[in-house]
Amino acid sequence: MAELNELREAVAKVLPDVKHVIGWQRGYHAVRSSPLFIRNQEDLDKLIWDRTCYQNLASYLTSTRGERVGIIVKGCDSRSVNQLLQEQLINREDVVVIGVPCTGVISLDKIRAKFPINRVKDMQVEGDELTIATRDGEEHKLNRWDVAPDKCLACKYPNPLIFDTHVGEPIETWEPKQGLYARDEEFDQKSLDERFEFWRREMSRCIRCYACRNACPMCVCRDHCIAESRQPHYQSQEADVREKFFFQLIHAMHLAGRCTECGECERACPMDIPVLLFKTRMGKVVKDLFDYEAGVDQTAVPPLLTFQAEESNIEEKEW
Amino acid sequence: MSGMDVKELRIIGFLCNWCSYGGADSAGVARYKQPTDMRIIRLPCTGRMDPLFVLKALLGGADGVLVSGCHPFDCHYTSGNFYARRRLQVLKSYLPVLGIHEDRFEYTWVSASEAAKWQSVVTAFTDRIHELGPAPRLLELEDMPLRFKEGMDIWPS
Repeated sequence: MAELNELREAVAKVLPDVKHVIGWQRGYHAVRSSPLFIRNQEDLDKLIWDRTCYQNLASYLTSTRGERVGIIVKGCDSRSVNQLLQEQLINREDVVVIGVPCTGVISLDKIRAKFPINRVKDMQVEGDELTIATRDGEEHKLNRWDVAPDKCLACKYPNPLIFDTHVGEPIETWEPKQGLYARDEEFDQKSLDERFEFWRREMSRCIRCYACRNACPMCVCRDHCIAESRQPHYQSQEADVREKFFFQLIHAMHLAGRCTECGECERACPMDIPVLLFKTRMGKVVKDLFDYEAGVDQTAVPPLLTFQAEESNIEEKEW
Repeated sequence: MSGMDVKELRIIGFLCNWCSYGGADSAGVARYKQPTDMRIIRLPCTGRMDPLFVLKALLGGADGVLVSGCHPFDCHYTSGNFYARRRLQVLKSYLPVLGIHEDRFEYTWVSASEAAKWQSVVTAFTDRIHELGPAPRLLELEDMPLRFKEGMDIWPS
């Protein structure tokens, strides 16, 4: 990972030209980070850069449209910035991108699965080894690959794809630990009935808090989201399985060919519902049909915003 | 098995105003025999067809959904059906992920003069849905406990 000092210097350099630079600060314990809006030197001292910087900060870009802001991005986050630029949801001249190569973050959910993390006091990192001390006086030793989010296990873009300032040396792309998300492969083995039952059970836990939507960098309709619109009244406010399932499908369909699979939706979900699965499977459909990956090429047109008169991968129906 | 001699299933048809709706109308005027399971909704163009309409119908109790519009290159608005083709194909490939058989949804092109083709399309599709039988329903689960993430650190300690 690049040096924090180098990153601070880079931020200090762009700070005079922008309203704020978005970065990370320590959250309320050692394994948590929270977003930091850097406006002056005092804020800059709070900036951190380590394995706890999991949040995709690109989610904040669309709310500051028209103002010039800076943002720190990892490789995966840079895809979201790319995608926002592709769809002209942000202007290139309004955003100063500070890119940092990333060797992977850690997932709170996966650590949570091992022990309750609300008593964390301290975390030490040594190579791949993490030592987390709790207030109960216990020490937990973890290998970081055991608690890495799935997206890191399948990472193809550790280096930022778009940047104005690059901090540190680009790192070599490592061999992905898994070609495809292992969880998705397991899901694909299920029969249709099992999948339906799987979603029925998972969706019944949903509390319709919309955290998945609000955390999503590509969800930009805000107050005009059709899940809440009264005119047309697309979806009822009832919390039965059907409405909850339908809400997730709205999210998935609206992200078809746009989702950069950053996993913010699933990270934000308080009910542990594997909502990223909807999007990674959609990503595969889009990849198979249009050979397209979201957020990689800034000049490409998202496949559902265009067409070809003769589609190469869509067969005409014979009746 | 024909859709005509068994209990009806619920099939929704979204038809383009300029082609398929006219085709279905001509089929009716010409007194072609058709199964009666389909409820038709008229669209201004298949370009208006939001894939969510299909999902809403399927989750809402429809057993099958058919979308029919103008042949490629024949769209009244030049390109509506081209956009529709991409969206609907994405949806069709995506349905198995949800545990819904992809044959429950189909999209096709029928022009206003193709009354006979409309008859064969609607008959074939209805037969197909009858073969699949009623769609699985989303029922409320009463035994599901509401649980938050284990050890969720809602409050700092």
